[in-house]
Amino acid sequence: MTSAVFDVAIIGAGIVGAACAAECAQAGMRVVVIESDLGGGGATSAGMGHLVVMDDSEAQFVLTRYSQTLWNELAPQLPADVEYERCGTIWVAADGEEMAEVRRKQRFFESRSVPVEVLDAKALEEAEPNLRKGLAGGLLVLEDGVVYPPCAARYLLEKAIACGAEVRMGQPAIEATREGVRLRDGTRIPARATVNAAGAWSPQLTPGVEVQKRKGHLVITDRYPGFVHHQLVELGYLKSAHSLTSDSVAFNVQPRRTGQVLIGSSRQYGVDDLKVEAIMLHRMLQRACEYMPGLAQLSAIRAWTGFRPATLDKLPLIGPFPGAEWLFLATGHEGLGITTSLGTAKLLADQLLNRPSQIPVEPYLPARAKQGAIHA
Amino acid sequence: MPETVSLSIDGVPVRVPAGTPVAIALMASGRTSFRRSVTSEPRGPLCGMGICYECRVTINGKPHGRSCQIPCQDGMDVRTDG
Amino acid sequence: MDKLRHECDVLVVGGGPAGLAAASCAAQARLRVAIIDDNPHLGGQIWREDQHKQDTPEAVDWLKKVRAAKVELIHGAKVFNHPEAGLLQAETAEGLDELSYQKLILATGARERFLPFPGWTLPNVMGAGGLQALVKSGLPISGKKVVLAGSGPLLLAVAAYLREQGADVRLIAEQAPRHRLAAFSLALFRHPRKLLQLITLEKQLQGVRYLTSCWPVAAEGNEKLVSVRLRQGSKTWNLPCDYLACGFHLVPNTELAALLDCELREGAVGVGDFQETSVAHVYCAGEATGIGGLELSIIEGQIAGYAATRQHEKAQALFGARRKLRRLALRMNRAFALRDELKSLPQPETIVCRCEDVTLERLRTQNSWNSAKMLTRCGMGPCQGRICGSAVEFLFPWKPGSVRPPVFPVRLESLASISQGLEGQR
Repeated sequence: MTSAVFDVAIIGAGIVGAACAAECAQAGMRVVVIESDLGGGGATSAGMGHLVVMDDSEAQFVLTRYSQTLWNELAPQLPADVEYERCGTIWVAADGEEMAEVRRKQRFFESRSVPVEVLDAKALEEAEPNLRKGLAGGLLVLEDGVVYPPCAARYLLEKAIACGAEVRMGQPAIEATREGVRLRDGTRIPARATVNAAGAWSPQLTPGVEVQKRKGHLVITDRYPGFVHHQLVELGYLKSAHSLTSDSVAFNVQPRRTGQVLIGSSRQYGVDDLKVEAIMLHRMLQRACEYMPGLAQLSAIRAWTGFRPATLDKLPLIGPFPGAEWLFLATGHEGLGITTSLGTAKLLADQLLNRPSQIPVEPYLPARAKQGAIHA
Repeated sequence: MPETVSLSIDGVPVRVPAGTPVAIALMASGRTSFRRSVTSEPRGPLCGMGICYECRVTINGKPHGRSCQIPCQDGMDVRTDG
Repeated sequence: MDKLRHECDVLVVGGGPAGLAAASCAAQARLRVAIIDDNPHLGGQIWREDQHKQDTPEAVDWLKKVRAAKVELIHGAKVFNHPEAGLLQAETAEGLDELSYQKLILATGARERFLPFPGWTLPNVMGAGGLQALVKSGLPISGKKVVLAGSGPLLLAVAAYLREQGADVRLIAEQAPRHRLAAFSLALFRHPRKLLQLITLEKQLQGVRYLTSCWPVAAEGNEKLVSVRLRQGSKTWNLPCDYLACGFHLVPNTELAALLDCELREGAVGVGDFQETSVAHVYCAGEATGIGGLELSIIEGQIAGYAATRQHEKAQALFGARRKLRRLALRMNRAFALRDELKSLPQPETIVCRCEDVTLERLRTQNSWNSAKMLTRCGMGPCQGRICGSAVEFLFPWKPGSVRPPVFPVRLESLASISQGLEGQR
């Protein structure tokens, strides 16, 4: 072990930390990744792995689209266990009002060169025969896909290691200073810059980081190949993700390459434990069965929860922490961490290396809150 | 309760004593492989008590039936994975 | 979906010997007692209903007691969740049962430990208890060549039973060394019943080859088993057979107890003198508290049944018998302890997790159960780690993780169901 200083210490080996490590290491930086648990133990191992472009806001669209392009470029190199599938998303419309939303989204995406297809009721039924009758239609987003996040994170971490990054597992980082990082057992790791990619735990390392835990439940079934073909999300999902105060569920179902059906989604505030809650499962699964009645009879083999790291304005924090130019944040991705991990890594490396970014970084800078940009 | 029941296994009619688990009907009619694993290995019953999920077959169109736990019924249609 | 609600004072989960004893003793207090079991008939594994013969007198006796005491019997119901205090949910073929209780006695029994070796996934390689269960349910075994391999008295009991049904038992391969077994047999002299059982078994198995320090190194065949390769010392040889019945002891079924937050000790449910767990109002008896055999299960069941219904004196009267049987169980477990050589049986390409076909070499890249689950999917299939879990814990120094609902795979509609009480809170 040398006593040389690392260029950057990345705290957290979830998918965001791993992606940042890979990007920085590939750019020639001396990288160390510090992970308290097993790598991917937070939202990365709990979440759905949906690679999705979102149109919630221009900034969200730009980041998700940029990242999705990066995923699609990376796809041919991904090993089989990452289970990358370009299955597409169908945003499902239950009624006329939601069909209007379908058309709004169509205009939004088409004007930004995202290939989409409007499905009427019949086309929706043909695309997904297990959806209930009587739905109005949907929007198929062709270039969306899915991955299996733990293996995706591991792939990125191994890429980082192949470019010389070091990984220190098992000890949490408890302090980050301009000299570097101190671990719980007292070890000091000298680094010129530190990146807090600790997801839901980022405020513990960096007090003042406005990231809150937003709990989600998931259920996975046994293998039923062909039951569902695309990631299916109800348009009411947006109403659910918009709510900042109340618990909510939404229909959100994913086909896994194994043939298992992954079922979400739910959001809760102010819950600090990971216990599976009967009421949330009830609401979430009931909602799912409303859209896909056949789900009720499938065998459910596991249920679990995870914490999404949520920010107040629904955009991640990527960039220097105000007041500490050696400390960078790459956190607060809520439910879009898997998708935007690659874009985040680029933007972060750009800022560390002072190189120009492919997309504007301002909307994601931690300093934006101080500027009173958006505050809910 | 009838003495025997008659069911079909992969399209072949079979008659067994009432109450016989589907797994026994399968084995008694010579099938050793009930299903294929995720890497296509042949698999049959292992634990005999409903916890290993190796004895699964499709019963009346419904997949993942644990044949060691399910009694044969008249008219049942059982399909193995081969 | 049918929904049925049962209310009782004492709920016993598991209808094997411990559960029957617990229910019968609890019922002496004239409270409402119920037994729930997921099999179609009571008796658990060891007293499983047999096509070929009558139930043992002891089993008949306990079943009679339970029926006479008007214990509510809930068959074919699989407990999968504990959504709120004092409530369990169980799935049936038609729907869902909700069980409301004041006191809970877990008598969830044990399952076999499977150790992987090349070819162990071939059809007709089964658990020893597994093969016995299938024969009891009608599997024709007469004239079939059977090899039993693994460890423990269960191998002898199964071999004797199969022989009685006409099987050609070619060999019983016990991995424990002779000197350890000899020492253990001496200890049996203090337990006349057990000694008698052993002598009876020996008579039933006269002429059957019994080898110690012997274990299977491979099961051979293409689409099914045709022979087993065995090792004893430096010798290996092939033995053609129709069935290979493997059993490497039993492991307690602790999942429901873990879901209820009961403390576990060395893979078994921790209990105090009155069979109480670390959770108020929850008791545990039988193999789930530690493998100790039929007699101990019955005694523990009785103690739990009495203790849960404040019949403490009756419970205490059984402490002496329990102490003696636990001592014997400890000696037995030591005598038959699994040898380290068994850790080298699986080869890199041997499948360890059968649900997801995860090989040993893939597991070797991991450093914890959690990372193994996440990155290889070992233990993430429908068996929920019940088959591979004890093997993984034998092969690797990994600690198991926490248990979440559903404790068994259930229909989504069952998992989605909430009690009327919770419904009101929505």
